Amino acid sequence: MAAIFTPGLKVQDHTILQKDRRLPMRGEVAVKVGDTVRSDQVIARTELPGKVYPVNVANQLGVDPGQLMPYMLKKVGDRVEEGEIIARTPGFFGFFKAESKAIVTGTIESISIVTGQVIYQAMPVPVEVDAYINGTVVEVHEGEGCVVQAAATLVQGIFGLGGEVQAPLAMLATHPDQLIEESDIGPQHRGQILIGGSFVTIGALRRAVEHGVAGLVTGGFDYDEIKELLGYEVGVAITGGEKLGLSLIVTEGFGRIPMAPATFALLQKRAGRRASINGATQIRAGVIRPEVVVTYDDEAVPTEKVTPPEPKGLSIGDTVRGIRTPWFGRIGTVVSLPVEPVVLETESKARVMEVEFRDGADGQPERAMLPRSNVETIEREPASAPTAGVGR
Amino acid sequence: MAAPTTVDPTTLRSVLATDCGSTTTKAILIEKVDGAWRQTWRGEAPTTVEAPFEDVTRGVLNAAQEVAELSGRKLVKDDGSGVITPQQSPTEGVDVYISTSSAGGGLQLVVGGVVRSMSAESAQRAALGAGAIVMDAFATNDKRRPHEQIERVRQLRPDMILLAGGIDGGTRKHVVAQAEMLAAARPRTRLGGGFDLPIIFAGNQEVAEDMQRILGPISDLQIVPNVRPVMEREDLGPARDKIHDLFMEHVMAQAPGYGKLMAWADAPIMPTPGAVGLIMQTIARQRGINVLGVDIGGATTDVFSVFDGIFNRTVSANLGMSYSVSNVLAEAGLPAILRWVPFPIDEKQLRNRIGNKMIRPTTIPETLEELKIEQAIAREALRLAFIQHKEFAVALKGVQQERTIADAFRQVGQETLVQMMKLDLIVGSGGVLSHAPRRSQSMRMMMDAYAPEGVTELAVDSIFMMPHLGVLSTIHEEAATEVFEKDCLVWLGTCIAPIGECKPDREALRVQGTLPDGSALDERFSLGQLRLYPLERDEQIELQLTPLQNTLDLGEGPGKPITVKVRGGQVGLAIDLRGRPIVMPESPEQRVPLLQAWVEAMGEYGPGGQSRWTGGH
Repeated sequence: MAAIFTPGLKVQDHTILQKDRRLPMRGEVAVKVGDTVRSDQVIARTELPGKVYPVNVANQLGVDPGQLMPYMLKKVGDRVEEGEIIARTPGFFGFFKAESKAIVTGTIESISIVTGQVIYQAMPVPVEVDAYINGTVVEVHEGEGCVVQAAATLVQGIFGLGGEVQAPLAMLATHPDQLIEESDIGPQHRGQILIGGSFVTIGALRRAVEHGVAGLVTGGFDYDEIKELLGYEVGVAITGGEKLGLSLIVTEGFGRIPMAPATFALLQKRAGRRASINGATQIRAGVIRPEVVVTYDDEAVPTEKVTPPEPKGLSIGDTVRGIRTPWFGRIGTVVSLPVEPVVLETESKARVMEVEFRDGADGQPERAMLPRSNVETIEREPASAPTAGVGR
Repeated sequence: MAAPTTVDPTTLRSVLATDCGSTTTKAILIEKVDGAWRQTWRGEAPTTVEAPFEDVTRGVLNAAQEVAELSGRKLVKDDGSGVITPQQSPTEGVDVYISTSSAGGGLQLVVGGVVRSMSAESAQRAALGAGAIVMDAFATNDKRRPHEQIERVRQLRPDMILLAGGIDGGTRKHVVAQAEMLAAARPRTRLGGGFDLPIIFAGNQEVAEDMQRILGPISDLQIVPNVRPVMEREDLGPARDKIHDLFMEHVMAQAPGYGKLMAWADAPIMPTPGAVGLIMQTIARQRGINVLGVDIGGATTDVFSVFDGIFNRTVSANLGMSYSVSNVLAEAGLPAILRWVPFPIDEKQLRNRIGNKMIRPTTIPETLEELKIEQAIAREALRLAFIQHKEFAVALKGVQQERTIADAFRQVGQETLVQMMKLDLIVGSGGVLSHAPRRSQSMRMMMDAYAPEGVTELAVDSIFMMPHLGVLSTIHEEAATEVFEKDCLVWLGTCIAPIGECKPDREALRVQGTLPDGSALDERFSLGQLRLYPLERDEQIELQLTPLQNTLDLGEGPGKPITVKVRGGQVGLAIDLRGRPIVMPESPEQRVPLLQAWVEAMGEYGPGGQSRWTGGH
């Protein structure tokens, strides 16, 4: 049987990170390989075609579609202003004239003598893409964007809401299992990315939005509060476009779960620095994890694009996190990897691993056999070659 | 789809078949053993379409290598450049290599037509039948304004578009308007790569020139015969075949590594659900029966039905057991899931557990409690996908039908083709059904979700080989059906479920017959009872079923007795008098003991199993 394990979330103090920055459609790239860029610097821009509006002008004029052309005052490709007359019939002796006016400012895209439709295209919408992180341009995709590379701290979460934000990191919790409540948040947190502990209440999150907090990182959150927050349920974990007022990153899962100590300690270490975070999550083919990135700006970074190593399998001594009841959210170390499948309580057969949890009931280590698919590795240190987390 | 020319079915000895799914690639070896076709070995490996590998053939070779190691037959070339074909010796190579694929999100289509319930629906049926996911269906009467439709087409990045509309010689203006809308949207392909988006026009053939003028410059336009040439008839074959061809030429050719895979395969690579649909139709045709099939996956649930020879397929794109599990919760609602959980549970905790399954989709239930929750959710996912299927599987609309006065006053929708009393066989597939620790769990999940009526056989796909057999049926139908019967289907048993309202305090059904051991059976059942009897697949018994209340119906009409021959399976014969629909008390205090009684009757969890022919629940 093939090796079964869930690739872990990265919690890395120092890694070589690459971010692929691309326009939604072809445009102009404003940087070249070797350029040093700031996170808020525009690296590419384009214009998205404006909205398209069909109008049945033949009906408005009361003529047959086949007879439309002689009455058109504008032709395909012409620019028009909203309210401008684009077609007119002569009427009888100057009376009973029929007209059609442009409904948007833009251009005439097409005129149909079969349907009598005129299609308008509104003015294009400019779009810009920034670098997202401070770093060096190591590759340019002609007409599309570039790859920015930097030495950075990378913490991946499991689920997030909201898009990209850049702001300073600030500790709100003092320990990883702290509960964040409404009263913990005030005007002093405006414009910051706050690091919480095990859980954040819906009241606290609303307060954070009110006070203009840029982002919030927490161990756990209640699943049903998402509906409360957004007004709809997130049925499939594809997020990033929510207009929440801040970006939320959940590092462990739904419920009250202490943030993994390594994650908490790392964020604590980089507190005070400017971070780039993104709540966008896609747990499907082409997986995207929410993330916190803090670059090491004083450090020289390779100007060549670093090739990411292939994911490594599980080994004894690896740090893992239980990701299913009854071990959900607990952190331990792999003690053994039995080859033979084991019969579980459910009567299913599965390959398992033996894990020692350091947080046993009375402070004593506790050992258990877990299905391999119910644990996730925590990738703390880059593999032998520098690890590259390739983003979108 | 064009049949391969290189395969001679008469000399075939061995086949390696793979299915490249979105997460795993599954390989099976099919061999002729002592004159009979059998599936002998299987292997699987993670699919490698995504970074860092970005080459589907690596996963295929890994899965093939696993089969090779288990079977002792060398299957992969030394330099890893493909599968060894044809068979060199009984321990080296196979005669044919074939594959299906749903990796990278499967085949995604946008369809369009003039009237939503007519040409757009025919286009949708053609696309679904080809194994596609329909991202959206446009029509002039879909309640969206044209600029909203255009915005939507721009947002979607389909693999191709299928446009229908108008019967031959019918409306021109409306079909052209739809084409103008598409042209204005300038749709782009999902995979990019500088290719024009394929648009298949399968509508009024008299507007072909207009289509060429409007859509030709912005797309790779293909014109095929009309999916609805006349009001009374659909002709989906040509559109479906064109979708398959374009799937190979465009979608597959651009996906990472598929160029190589196509070169290795001896038959065209089929979209996975298209292949499953093929095998379902083959079975229904060969046995002359009505079949309902389901494949419940992590993200989507596919439902197939063949009733009186009419095939329908639907995809519920957001009903599944992992990636989409929270959507099952959102669509069904918590009370609907809770009604199947046979123990009390805190609602907030249940919501968080479901949310955590969505974000950790590869996890498996470790405790019995978790398994029961997962199977409760599965019942709702299956039920909701089935409702969508029944709504879609209807007779052609727009056909003039004779109506009586009573019909005119009855405000009902189109009647579904899916008539449960006429259904002969339910086939379940997908992890939660195929890999349930006990087969009785699969049987009751399907009995609860589908509420079969009358006499219905149930089976599950043992190791998800229906896609492989579907594609095999295109080159060797006999081999495909032989393996389907012998190795693919695991027969669970038969469910007998009368319908009709009955008085609860009186006996409702009398069952008489001769048991496999020759002894006589004569039992009476009351409403609400569920009982299971051991009966093997190779044991057939004749039963006389007599309603004891004149409202009870076993298929021949209320109060009418029937005589049936039934066979069992790994679970047995279930006599289900829970009523249709299955209604449960709202209060957990009453509901939980009832559920526990059903669990015990079917021997689903914990100690115990089937009741004996005498006594029982």
